[in-house]
Amino acid sequence: MTTAEVGRARLRKEDAHLITGRSRYTDNITLPGMLHLAMVRSPFAHAKITSVDVAAAKSSPGVVAVLTGADVAAEQGSLPNAWPITPDQKAPAHPAIAVDEVAFAGEVVACIIARSAAAARDAVELVDVDYEGLPVVLDLEEAAKDQVLAHPGLGTNKSATWVFDSGEAGTGKPIREALDGAEVLIERTFYQQRLIPSFMEPRSTVVDPTGEQITVWSATQIPHILRLMLALTLAIPESKVRVIAPDVGGGFGGKLQVTPEEAITVLAARHTGKPCKYTETRSESLMAAHHGRAQVQRLKLSATKEGIVTGLDVSLLADMGAYLGLVTSGIPILGAFMYNSIYKFPAYRFECTNLFTNKAWTDAYRGAGRPEATFAIERMMDELAAELGLDPLQVRERNWIKHEEFPFTTVAGLEYDSGNYEAATAKALELFGYDALRAEQSRRRETKDPVQLGIGISTFTEMCGLAPSRVLGALNYGAGGWEHAQVRVLPTGNIEVVTGSSSHGQGHETAWSQLVADKLGVPFENVEVLHGDTQISQRGLDTYGSRSLTVGGMAVLAAADKVIEKAKVVAAHLMEASEDDIEFADGRFSVKGTDQSTALGEIALATFSAHNLPDGFEPNLDSDATFDPQNFSFPHGTHLAAIEVDTETGRVSIRKYVCVDDVGVVVNPLIVEGQVHGGLAQGIAQALYEEAVYDDAGTLVTGSFVDYLVPGAPDLPHYTTARTETPSTTNQLGAKGVGEAGTIASTPAIVNGVLDAVRHLGVKDIRMPCSPSRVWAALEEAKMTGGVR
Amino acid sequence: MASSKTITVEVDNVSYTDDVEPRLLLVQYLRERLGKTGTLIGCDTSNCGACTVHLDGVSVKSCTMFAVQADGHRVTTIEGLARDGKLAPLQRAFHQCHALQCGFCTPGMIMQSASLLEENPHPSEQEIRDGLEGNLCRCTGYQNIVAAVRAVAEGTVSSDSDETETAGVA
Repeated sequence: MTTAEVGRARLRKEDAHLITGRSRYTDNITLPGMLHLAMVRSPFAHAKITSVDVAAAKSSPGVVAVLTGADVAAEQGSLPNAWPITPDQKAPAHPAIAVDEVAFAGEVVACIIARSAAAARDAVELVDVDYEGLPVVLDLEEAAKDQVLAHPGLGTNKSATWVFDSGEAGTGKPIREALDGAEVLIERTFYQQRLIPSFMEPRSTVVDPTGEQITVWSATQIPHILRLMLALTLAIPESKVRVIAPDVGGGFGGKLQVTPEEAITVLAARHTGKPCKYTETRSESLMAAHHGRAQVQRLKLSATKEGIVTGLDVSLLADMGAYLGLVTSGIPILGAFMYNSIYKFPAYRFECTNLFTNKAWTDAYRGAGRPEATFAIERMMDELAAELGLDPLQVRERNWIKHEEFPFTTVAGLEYDSGNYEAATAKALELFGYDALRAEQSRRRETKDPVQLGIGISTFTEMCGLAPSRVLGALNYGAGGWEHAQVRVLPTGNIEVVTGSSSHGQGHETAWSQLVADKLGVPFENVEVLHGDTQISQRGLDTYGSRSLTVGGMAVLAAADKVIEKAKVVAAHLMEASEDDIEFADGRFSVKGTDQSTALGEIALATFSAHNLPDGFEPNLDSDATFDPQNFSFPHGTHLAAIEVDTETGRVSIRKYVCVDDVGVVVNPLIVEGQVHGGLAQGIAQALYEEAVYDDAGTLVTGSFVDYLVPGAPDLPHYTTARTETPSTTNQLGAKGVGEAGTIASTPAIVNGVLDAVRHLGVKDIRMPCSPSRVWAALEEAKMTGGVR
Repeated sequence: MASSKTITVEVDNVSYTDDVEPRLLLVQYLRERLGKTGTLIGCDTSNCGACTVHLDGVSVKSCTMFAVQADGHRVTTIEGLARDGKLAPLQRAFHQCHALQCGFCTPGMIMQSASLLEENPHPSEQEIRDGLEGNLCRCTGYQNIVAAVRAVAEGTVSSDSDETETAGVA
């Protein structure tokens, strides 16, 4: 091969239309006769709906119709939860438009359909809804007491309890022994604040009900799942639904959902017989699009005096919010396998109680369960180090799996195929200048510098490539984890790749072109990647869980392999040779030991004309493949943060951030780098800036970007990034996945750094986000309680 | 509905005369009346900057102006930035530095960057970050956006719009 495509920093094919304003986001779509929707939303977190008067709204100028819950009660079904984690999981019915009760502020109670978006919004004010207030339960620990119920009809706030016990599973010792025999026992409670994914493109849906099929354009990560779920929920034959995810402006898990608004837009189009569009405002998005995290984590870690961990006990309360969305209930379970992280813990127990509250429902947000787990264990490793007076790096080294020990079966029952934590850490330390910074830290402590320096460490791994279908089955998830691809060979030899994994910013078109260019020996420019339309990409399980390359990309490679096998038959026939003597390289089929060869393009044309093919050969090189991974992949890395804390103001600043990620073999370093940067930004945002705050009545206080602090350019540092490359052994490329790494690793690195800066002043913990006021308050409290040494 | 007003606005070098409601936002006028959907709406509180355009050469958030306020003025959107079929340096820089992922903040980010460089042709990294404070991006973590603006300031952007590979990663 002349130049391998895999590994090249190809500039993205996706960019041209996005930098010139020729974008195709859903809200840009206008169809003839299209009507516009606006939602009437409950201002109350928990109430009975006693009456809905829509008369004034219906006679408002431009209004075509108004839909209430009662109007669609018989046809709207219940929005899906695809992951009942236990057989006895409890869940309330989830109507797209509330019928007789609302359970969070922002829930839709009516929908205005009008000739313009402005007319629809004007009429929202005219709908008169009578509510009878009900008591609200908002706090997780309160919810666990079952004194106030989010859904009185369920009789409890508990949706399900899910347990993993290494003693029972046979993957380790019983936790009781470890805790009872502990030389050192660390007990901590951490609060994972509620976050809002905050994709930049507000959600939007356009539905065209005319023609043979209902066509749905939606700002979604999951066109295929959405198609199936809309069909099941609204009792439409699946074959009559076509879903298109055009340009999608970010998702981060936030668009991994089947939303009430999507169902309502379909219902509105069905009722009016006209194309309908709904685009949410940012305030609606923050209030009613699903949130993430929101857990209370109680941990007990036992260890020897040398810092060798002997057991970890995790007890979680997980906030579902008011309903179970598509995978709400399973998010904490995705974390269950990651609390042991890169370490060799002999005993482990995990118990999670999923609880309802009267808040927006939670679901996947970048990392989904794994950031929570990683935060908890990385904080605990620092706590252990502090307790024993050891360097936190030393404690990690004493417990982590050594590179020669792979493959390694963990106490949570996963088989880690590969990794080299020593190499990634060594590289990170070198780039960071660890020893010099530790020396500076000592000096600042000695001189009582008002600006203290802390060093935050996070060594992490994650499970990527969701997921082996059998594993999902064992966890009671409602679908498989495979991915589909098709590689089509056009008569000119140009290639079309159809992928079931749909990009919303990740750069699939570029990366898949590189994969196929290498595999088939065709120019990068000659490959076209098609995705995001269920009529073009007929099968797929979409994009989440860092699965696109490790699952979807492998399907692409497998389909390309089949193309080669088919073309080889034609090549042998045309060159009058035995198939066994045909070799394929650099886009040419050659006969072993001769100078005879023919290009894939020539085979493509010969197959198209079909004038001279082997007897019985189907004149078509196009090939499909469905790839079901046999294992997850396990990216890892070492992140180091130098954090300055102004002890007089509580202000935290990131002086230096170094991360070394091992994501296996890299297809496009430019794209990988970009994924790491964006992931870091979101993880840092959790540590320092973001929190969805509700008042005592259950109203979202952080209801706009004025109050919900998505960080801007001045709020984030320059990142120093590097990689080590330990190939995964579970896929033919050796890739691992990178979409969530930065988010998972950075949050504990930052918080560990903040605490490292002020621990000597008596501060033991600071709840996220570590805002100046919280840091300052923690310092003041330490002074009051005599924490200052 | 309030009575409409006639406005004349030059948008991307074309003059338009339209009757608009006084409450119509400039961004709605651009998107809904002129079909200039390259300019996007990301929030309702003027925080995100996705709707940034130039009014007489200076960046404004088009969600924070009424269309009637643009009467008699010249508006440039992302769609009018390329000249004579050639991408503007910032457009090339965003591509070459991988300064966009989902692309939703990109039009506003490019327009704000252009304004920033107009005011300060040789900004430091901190000046670039501060200058982009009113534009949110959720994908890139800003580092490559900063690099793109810097590349334009330093004249290191390749003039070849068709370039397909980069030598280095920012």
